[in-house]
Amino acid sequence: MIIQTKNVDFFYGAFRALTDVTLDFKKNRVTALIGPSGCGKSTLLRLLNRMNDLIDGTRVEGEILFEGQNIYAPNADPVEIRQRIGMVFQKPNPFPKSIFNNITYAPKLAGIRDRGEIEALVEESLKRAVLWDEVKDILTKSAMTLSGGQQQRLCIARALAMKPDVILMDEPTSALDPISTAKIEELIDTLKKHYTIIIVTHNMQQAARISEYTGFFYMGKLIEFNVTEKIFTNPDAKQTEDYITGRFG
Amino acid sequence: MCAVAGSKPAVPAKPKKRTIMESRKRALTSRVREIIIKNLFAFLAFISVLLLGLIVLFLFREGLPIFKQISVSQFLFGSAWYPTYNPPEYGIWPLIVGSVIVTVLSCLIAVPFGLLAAVYISEIAPARIKEILKSIIELLAGLPSVVLGFFGMVILAPWMQETFDLPTGLNIVNASVMLAVMAIPTISSISEDALYAVPREYKEASYALGATKYETIAKVAIPAALSGISTAVILGMARAIGETMVVLMVAGGSAAIPRGLFDSVRPMPASIAAEMGEAPFQSGHYHALFATGIVLFFITLAFNLVADHISNRFKEEGSGTL
Ligand SMILES: Nc1ncnc2c1ncn2[C@@H]1O[C@H](COP(=O)(O)OP(=O)(O)OP(=O)(O)O)[C@@H](O)[C@H]1O
Ligand SMILES: [Mg+2]
Repeated sequence: MIIQTKNVDFFYGAFRALTDVTLDFKKNRVTALIGPSGCGKSTLLRLLNRMNDLIDGTRVEGEILFEGQNIYAPNADPVEIRQRIGMVFQKPNPFPKSIFNNITYAPKLAGIRDRGEIEALVEESLKRAVLWDEVKDILTKSAMTLSGGQQQRLCIARALAMKPDVILMDEPTSALDPISTAKIEELIDTLKKHYTIIIVTHNMQQAARISEYTGFFYMGKLIEFNVTEKIFTNPDAKQTEDYITGRFG
Repeated sequence: MCAVAGSKPAVPAKPKKRTIMESRKRALTSRVREIIIKNLFAFLAFISVLLLGLIVLFLFREGLPIFKQISVSQFLFGSAWYPTYNPPEYGIWPLIVGSVIVTVLSCLIAVPFGLLAAVYISEIAPARIKEILKSIIELLAGLPSVVLGFFGMVILAPWMQETFDLPTGLNIVNASVMLAVMAIPTISSISEDALYAVPREYKEASYALGATKYETIAKVAIPAALSGISTAVILGMARAIGETMVVLMVAGGSAAIPRGLFDSVRPMPASIAAEMGEAPFQSGHYHALFATGIVLFFITLAFNLVADHISNRFKEEGSGTL
């Protein structure tokens, strides 16, 4: 159990986006969050590394525990939490800097100055993100010159360089072609040995292929949470079944 | 619409024809209107370019004759500006130095203030303070320069003279401060636009990597907005170097090469404004003042070209590898 949410309610101003979400994320497992558009998947994901703090007028109730500590406690430091819980966004968003400097962004913030250490870290992160062979000769070129799929893997490498424990992914393949998608799915499969991965996806096959646990959300509520196989073969809730068989959503 | 009507056999023949005729007519009139509008715009654009061209032509016609009396390098680098002596001396080097020094100094003041203001307004300030600050800066931008000059003359000058025990408070520092006040709104509002245009995704990526707000501003927002910020600085400088009224009122007007920051100077625009009235028509002095105008014209042109070049270069590279 690495992250637990307990009776979490979330509000954008007066609008209630999440209602009473209680959920456990297991360490070194892939958990998929599925549900129709607007049901609050991204909202929950962004709650886990306090990215919703950046939006004015939001409010959280309930507790979110990361390794037993409430990350919304008054003395919790969002910067420290984000260093341990990395995030990959729906749209690839590398910085308009060189490939090398994209990867070194977080380590340099963390105070790593040693050139050798940084270079080793860049290589290791890019290798883990299965991008090294494609970019090893063009590290000083702008990240903007890469293809969309390469940019997304760069963003994953950039998050890995921070040495997080958890990686949150919000529809990481929705902007990519099937080949890049397959590459990223493979990548997720290898990453789960070292990291806890929580992924939002609209692609049912993807959720079934890569995750061990799946949570189904509907209208801001967690309808069902279980082992992925169970959710996709014999769900308890009628709504879940309707959704995964494509009858609504 | 006509095609649909034509493909339906049920529609009677007469109304069909009328519709076709009508819509043709409408298409024709709208085409004609399009042409008229296009030409009207082209004409107006042409007129303004023509007017500008005429002004430049006039500037050159009135300014170039001075070079029959002295060489270009004597004019530019001559260190004595005594246009009314006999024989007159038309060296504008002291004026150029005056212009450059007040411009540079005013930028040293205005760039940090303008940039910090822009960062504060676009990234840090809460919504209400932001609105207030923005309107204050707009107000500052709209302040007539004669008001600023007046302020420098009756408030800053006596204060400086007394506090630092100077022969005069009308000097380089005074002019630079007043020019900085003029350049700050330009620098801050253009920089603010540039910062505002930095995609939200970059900032989110930075926060998600464990950066603080200030790290995000310094390492992501400002670098991504650098082309706009450089443009802002250069346009601010162009504004300062061309400004006339302020330097006429508070720079002191001494046409000698300054030895210190508290010396008086006579920047080029001040010289033109002050002397044009007394220079006899078509005299050497008159031509020399126009030639000074040509120099000023080229300096401002260069500033604008550089600003243009910077914003284009960064644009092509997609903000480049900063
Ligand atoms: N910044 C915001 N301000 C106000 N309301 C928001 C904001 N972001 C999301 N919402 C609302 O919260 C609800 C949940 O949004 P969320 O983005 O979490 O949905 P989602 O499940 O990720 O949907 P999708 O699959 O389309 O990405 C939606 O009704 C949405 O309109
Ligand atoms: Mg979403």
